[in-house]
Amino acid sequence: MSDVYLNSDRLAVSCRGVTKVYGRGNNAVMALRGVDLDVPMGELSLLVGPSGCGKTTLLSVIAGILEPSEGTVAVVGTDLSRLSNAQKVAFRGRNIGFVFQQFNLLPALSAAENVAVPGIILGMPRRAAVQRGAEVLASIGMGDRINSLPQNLSGGQQQRVAIARALMHEPSLLVCDEPTSALDARNGQLIMELLREIAMQANRAVVVVTHDSRVFEFGDRIAYMDDGHIQRIEIQDLSHRSPLTIGH
Amino acid sequence: MNWIAWRMLIGNPAKYLGIVLGVAFASLLIAQQASIFCGLMLLTTSQIQDVQGVSIWVMDANVQFIDDLKPMSENDLYRVRGVQGVDWAVRFYKGLARARLDDGNYQQVILLGLDDSTLVGAPRKILAGSLSDLLQPDAIIMDDAGYKQLWPKDKTYQIGRVFEMNDRRGVLVGVCEASRTFQTFPIVYTRYSQATLFAPSERKVMSFILAQGEPGLSSEEVCRRIHEQTGLGAHTREKFMSMTLWYFMEKTGIPVNFFITVLLGFIVGTAIAGQTFYLFTVENLKQFGALKAMGASNIRIMGMVLFQAIQVGLIGYGLGIGTAAWFGYKMQGASKLAFYMWWPVPLGTAVAVLVMILLTSLVCVRKALVVDPAIVFKG
Repeated sequence: MSDVYLNSDRLAVSCRGVTKVYGRGNNAVMALRGVDLDVPMGELSLLVGPSGCGKTTLLSVIAGILEPSEGTVAVVGTDLSRLSNAQKVAFRGRNIGFVFQQFNLLPALSAAENVAVPGIILGMPRRAAVQRGAEVLASIGMGDRINSLPQNLSGGQQQRVAIARALMHEPSLLVCDEPTSALDARNGQLIMELLREIAMQANRAVVVVTHDSRVFEFGDRIAYMDDGHIQRIEIQDLSHRSPLTIGH
Repeated sequence: MNWIAWRMLIGNPAKYLGIVLGVAFASLLIAQQASIFCGLMLLTTSQIQDVQGVSIWVMDANVQFIDDLKPMSENDLYRVRGVQGVDWAVRFYKGLARARLDDGNYQQVILLGLDDSTLVGAPRKILAGSLSDLLQPDAIIMDDAGYKQLWPKDKTYQIGRVFEMNDRRGVLVGVCEASRTFQTFPIVYTRYSQATLFAPSERKVMSFILAQGEPGLSSEEVCRRIHEQTGLGAHTREKFMSMTLWYFMEKTGIPVNFFITVLLGFIVGTAIAGQTFYLFTVENLKQFGALKAMGASNIRIMGMVLFQAIQVGLIGYGLGIGTAAWFGYKMQGASKLAFYMWWPVPLGTAVAVLVMILLTSLVCVRKALVVDPAIVFKG
C-alpha cells in the first residue's frame, strides 16, 4: 500500500481501502484488496502490472463505472459513493474523459462527429458540438482529418480522435485503458507524448492503465500492482528522467 | 442522441436493409393478404352494391345472404306495398340459368330480373347499347366480364347476338359494367317478366322485393314495420350486405385461411426484423457501453434503441404498404384479382408493425440496458 498522501485540494483521485469482489461464496474473486491511491492534478499516473492484477478494475472503480465492494473513491473532491446511479452517470459525463484500448469510435460518424459525442450527451446542440469537435481535433494536429471516417484513419490517428473525444468537454480527469497496446511503437510514443501534454495542465490529471513498459518513461507516477494490491509507487522526476521509488 | 442513433443505424447498410426489408415484407404480406381478403369478401356483396337507389331489401324471413334464394309469392309484394311508410316496392328476380350459346355450348349465368316498368336495379353503366332497349322482346343486357368470358375472340361488342335460356330466345341488346361476383358467372339483366320465362318454372319466383321508405322515415323503421306486418325479412341495404358478408365469413374457411397467412407474415417478419435488429444491437453493445461510460443515461440509451426501431418500422411499413397498394393498383386492370385496401387494412398493418417493433425492441432495449459500461475496458 502507498503511504504517500497528498493535499486533497490538489487531488484528482483519492482511493481509500478500495476492495472489489466479483461473484459470491466459493466463486468469489477478490480483484482489489484494500487499495489506497492518490492521483494529483497536473500529473500523468500509470497503473501497471501483469494481466489480472486488478488495474483495469481499479480504473473502472475510479471512473465510477464499477461500484467498490468496500472503501471510498473521491474524484475531483466528490465522494462517488454518495452519488446515486443517475448522479454518477451525470458526474462521469461532466468530469471524466475516456480513452479506450480499442478506441470505440462510432464507425458511422466522422472524426469531428465522434469527438462531438460527449458534448451531445451533455446536451450541446449538434452543430455546435461538431464545430467544437473540429476545433479540438485541430488543436491536437488532426485538423485535416475532421471529415474522415474511422475506417479511413490509421490506428494512431483513431486513438488521437479518441483522445480528442475525451477532451471535448474539458474534463478534469482522463482515464485511459491501454491506449498504446493497439499501436506500433512510434504511434504509441506519440500518443503518450500527447497524453503527457494534456496531463501537465494544472486542472487536469490523466490515469493510464498499461502493461507496455516502453511507455513507463512518460508517467509522473507509476503504481505497480499485483494480485489486487498496489505493491509500490514510483515518482519520476521527468525533467531528469531519473525514477524515484517510494513506498514498499 | 437520436441523431447518433440514426447514424449508427444507417452506418451498417446490410443490417439496416435487412431490418427494413423484414418489416417491409411483413407489412406487404399482411396488407396484401388482408386486402385480397377484403376484395373477396366484397365480391360476395357486389350484387347488392350494384343495385343503386334502393335502401330496403325484403325477402323470406329465413334468407341469410344474397345467394340464399327462397322465393316469395306475388301476394307478398302487395302486402309490402300496403305497409305504412313504404313509398314504393318492386319485384326483383335473382337466380341461376343455363344459357345455350350459338356454338352449342352451355354456360351457367346469373340471371337478374328487373321490374318491367321501372327497371329498378338496372346496371349503373351501359358500355354498349341502351338500357331502354331492355324493354324490347327477349332483350337481355350482359356484363362486360361475362361477355368477354363467353366470346373472348370478339374485338368489339357484337350487339344482336342470340342465345337460348330454358328454350327461350334471348337477344343481346347491350353490354354493361357490373361488379364481379363471387361465383364469377356472367351476369344477365332482363325484365322480370322475361326472367320468369328464362328460369325453370316454379310456383313462386320472386326472389326479392326492392323497396324505398317514404321521405322522413328511416329505413330501419320501415324495415321494422315491414317485418312486423308481413313476417317477411326486411333489411336495409347495409344490413343485408353485412349479413351476406358475415355469412361467408362464418360459413366458409376463407377468413381462417387468410388469417393464417397474415399471421405467418407477422411471425416471419417479426423473426427476420427481430433477429437482424437483435444482431445489430449486439454488434453495437460496445458502442452503447462506451456511450454509457461517457455519461449517457439508461433512459437515453433506451430512447436510442426505440428511435432506431421506430425508424425502421416506419420505413419498412411505408415500403410494405406502398408495395401492396402498387401491387393492387397494377393488378386491378390486368387480372381478376380481388383486391380492396379498405382503410382498416393499413391501420391494422400499422398496429401489427408497431407490435412487431415493440416486441423486437423490448429484447434489444433490455440487452442495451444491461450492458455493463465496464465492457469498454475489455479489449
